[in-house]
Amino acid sequence: MAFHSILFERTEDSMKTETVEAPGFFLDLNLDQVIDAIVAGKQEYNLKPFFYTSLGDIDAIKYRQEIMRDLENEVLFEDIKSFSEKMRSMRANLAIADKLYYEYQKERMFLDAISIYCDAVNCLVHDLSLVDLKSRGFLAFRAYLANYAESSPFTSLLAETKKLIDDLLSVKYCLLIKSNSIVVRKYESEIDYSAEVEETFEKFKQGAVEDYRAEYSDSLTMNHVEAGVLDFVAQLYPDIFSTLDDYCAKNANYLYETISVFDREIQFYVAYLEFVAKFRRAGLKFCYPQISNECKEVFDFEGFDLALANKLINENSSIVCNDFYLKDKERIFVVSGPNQGGKTTFARTFGQLHYMASIGCPVPGRKARLFLFDRVFTHFEKEERINNLRGKLQDDLVRIYDILNQATPKSIIIMNEILTSTTLKDAVFLGKKIMKKIIQLDQLCVFVTFIDELACLSEKSVSMVSTVVPENPALRTYKIVRRPADGLAYALSIAEKYRLTYDHLKERLKS
Amino acid sequence: MKAFLMYRDRDFDLQRELPLNEPALTQDLELNRLLNAMALDDKFLFEVARKAVLSSLSDLDTIVYRQNILEDCLKNSSIVKDIYDIAVESIESKKKHFYWFFGRHPSPSSLLHASVGVIQMLVGFLKKLKNIAEEHANKFESAGFTTFFAMLNKELEDEYLARVQDHLRELKFRNGVLMSAELGRGNKGINYVLHKPQDQKQSWLERIFASWLEQIFAKKTPAYTFRIANRDEMGARALSELRGKGINLVANALAQSADHILSFFNLLRTEMAFYVGCLNLHDHLAKKGEPTCFPLPVAPGERRERFNGLYDVCLSLILKQRVVGNDVSADDKDLVIITGANQGGKSTFLRSIGLAQLMMQCGMFAPAESFCANICDGLFTHYKREEDVTMSSGKLDEELSRMSDIVDNVRVNSLLLFNESFAATNEREGSEIAGQITSALLEKRIKIFYVTHLYEFAHGFYDQRMENAIFLRAERQADGGRTFKIIEGAPLETSYGKDLYNNIFRTDN
Repeated sequence: MAFHSILFERTEDSMKTETVEAPGFFLDLNLDQVIDAIVAGKQEYNLKPFFYTSLGDIDAIKYRQEIMRDLENEVLFEDIKSFSEKMRSMRANLAIADKLYYEYQKERMFLDAISIYCDAVNCLVHDLSLVDLKSRGFLAFRAYLANYAESSPFTSLLAETKKLIDDLLSVKYCLLIKSNSIVVRKYESEIDYSAEVEETFEKFKQGAVEDYRAEYSDSLTMNHVEAGVLDFVAQLYPDIFSTLDDYCAKNANYLYETISVFDREIQFYVAYLEFVAKFRRAGLKFCYPQISNECKEVFDFEGFDLALANKLINENSSIVCNDFYLKDKERIFVVSGPNQGGKTTFARTFGQLHYMASIGCPVPGRKARLFLFDRVFTHFEKEERINNLRGKLQDDLVRIYDILNQATPKSIIIMNEILTSTTLKDAVFLGKKIMKKIIQLDQLCVFVTFIDELACLSEKSVSMVSTVVPENPALRTYKIVRRPADGLAYALSIAEKYRLTYDHLKERLKS
Repeated sequence: MKAFLMYRDRDFDLQRELPLNEPALTQDLELNRLLNAMALDDKFLFEVARKAVLSSLSDLDTIVYRQNILEDCLKNSSIVKDIYDIAVESIESKKKHFYWFFGRHPSPSSLLHASVGVIQMLVGFLKKLKNIAEEHANKFESAGFTTFFAMLNKELEDEYLARVQDHLRELKFRNGVLMSAELGRGNKGINYVLHKPQDQKQSWLERIFASWLEQIFAKKTPAYTFRIANRDEMGARALSELRGKGINLVANALAQSADHILSFFNLLRTEMAFYVGCLNLHDHLAKKGEPTCFPLPVAPGERRERFNGLYDVCLSLILKQRVVGNDVSADDKDLVIITGANQGGKSTFLRSIGLAQLMMQCGMFAPAESFCANICDGLFTHYKREEDVTMSSGKLDEELSRMSDIVDNVRVNSLLLFNESFAATNEREGSEIAGQITSALLEKRIKIFYVTHLYEFAHGFYDQRMENAIFLRAERQADGGRTFKIIEGAPLETSYGKDLYNNIFRTDN
């Protein structure tokens, strides 16, 4: 199969337009932070659109997973890095050529850029030939690249470039500076006088001494005296410099688009794997999830919130992983328990895992099976907006209504602490109504709530509870466990600490 | 070029770290008195003496190497001082010559100009040194001086000095700066290399002949000339920058060479400073009629301590009259315990041991008629101190903490001087602590001198009749008078504090 793109196997899958707008739920799931961290330092590739577009097709996801797996081979990864490095340096040369004023300088930078490009292509062809590749994407690309490197436009470009560079390197000239004039002529094997002086004084060498060499800026721009000298040098070597002129005119469009597109698109994988490496160094696990568009019995073991973990690693703090699974008819996680115990983090993790899986990336966890959703809807508690004339409760309900209207049975819904702006009675009532809708639609859902009653509404819901250290309820474990929602567990442990439980009180009141 | 007057094959490093217990040693042995006598108010001499005395040598060969050089110095003190003065003068003149560079980054042109001047001047001083070498070398016998003079003669041959002069003249670039370059990134010139301009020492006839030949045979290689217009200041700057690139390396090489020659003089000054310090001290003692001798060092593994007329040099330096010397023969002993009368000269004796050891191990003479001791690998002092002013720890606590620091650093064949240590508690406990520490140190093969009042401790060791222990006592005459002599003798139960009391309170009937 002919190579088309390293991100999309088939032309018709390609992104029609590259969106610069993150999906709506990014902010709630902290995916904006995650993607920012992934693409940090790679702005020049403009990778965000790739991360903003989820794939709707299992095979398209597998295409990327295969490539990602190939790239986990450190050898291949380094090969690609070195290729990108060269392409980057090629672009840097072109940018400089653009800024320089004197023609011979522009031409030399252009020549160097092409030389780097040829080297990048040849090295990659060679490197790829030594690697065991399995992915459809890389196999097709390898064939394409090998073919290109052997094509006559490329081989003759390479030969011309090499010859011209060698010629320029062989240029050596002499300057005689006396009062206000410079004489420029060819070099005639005069001896190095500095070395001779140095040698004469060699015997006095003691230890290290100060370096008195004046430093000259290594800027490439030349002043008119240097430019004048260069013009004379060109006159001393007329053949070389006229060849240089012709070469530049002829090869203005040397760069093949497929290759420059590959250079950009492969960064999607490189960026993500570099991001993953940071977590792996901290002992966290990643896996390639099994993706299904039928089975909703999803699970993930030892998962974590990418955004939070990224922050914690930077602070050198430890990270708590959590497990979840849904089996049989279970569809909904109802998460309750003490605040600051990791409930929101759990909800975000669920959303992040599904989203990252949908763009073909490995996800946090030891083992995972995830659902291929059509859309993700999130509803997180928001600050009240002044310019919004509706009351907060009304606002909540409008948004939930919109979500439920747009959602299909293949959608994922994540609700976080909604309905807090009303009485408990109202909240229970409304909560049950909303839950019933979700249950009806058979959607996958995480529902973070303070309303215990919602946990056991149906066989479709699973109760998850954030936990505390029994001896010291002030300490959170950040573990979210499958357990009936009993608001009491938390209250009881505090009571125990103050010896105010029934048993304690009996004991204390005995005497 | 190296002076090698402190070590056979390396430089004396003034930056070298002193042993960690340097403050204790300085304080306990009152070292600064010794160093002041060597320095005679010269800060540099003081610093060198301090470093040399405190960084003890541990190899016999180097000690003897320095002893021989010092012997030469004693015989030829005025020549030695001349050499020292040349070194000092050269350093001073460079400072005068170069002071205007401080804090600036000179251009290669001005750097080169100044360096040519400095080297011209330094070469003058080198010639002076060489003259001394030619004139006086035969008066010196030590390996150190012989090698030093031979080195001066060899390295500063006339032919070589003439070559240096040639370069200094050439580097004024009367015929312009000739350099080659290649094309670097962006076709900008790189690898500027300076080349020798045409030799101008030809006679006019040769020159005419050469140019005539050139015209006939030389392939006319094209040359293009670029002239900077008179008002083109940017151009003039660019031209001088280009010239700077050409002479950058040679200017650097020359400035560095000036530094190197100067550091040779610095080194010479530093190494000579030690001997000048020794001469100063020797003068002082000789005028008083105090004896000095070259000590006989013995390998560290052995145990030697044998001397005649060993006196406390620091005490002598502050007294008008001569001080009492002691004779001891304590070969093959690891432990020397000194007991006896207060004010009987025990502390002075202990200090004289420490000072003589340090003086021996830096290659100096010893304050004695004769002195032989084994080299020690580290000298440590543990002296009773005044009450801790900070009140942060109890006195015994403080003593033990210092002891613990010593234990962290002590090694096989170290020498440890205890003065009234662990007496801050009652005698029984103090003795127990002192006994346990001493026994452990002895088993580690550490040599110990212990001045103590702790009778139980001293007697405990005496009763063991150890072959490697010796007991000394401050002498006390029958009438209670003190001779300040230390003699061999078993520990006595009282330290004659009563005498002292009586003496001071005049209750003796």
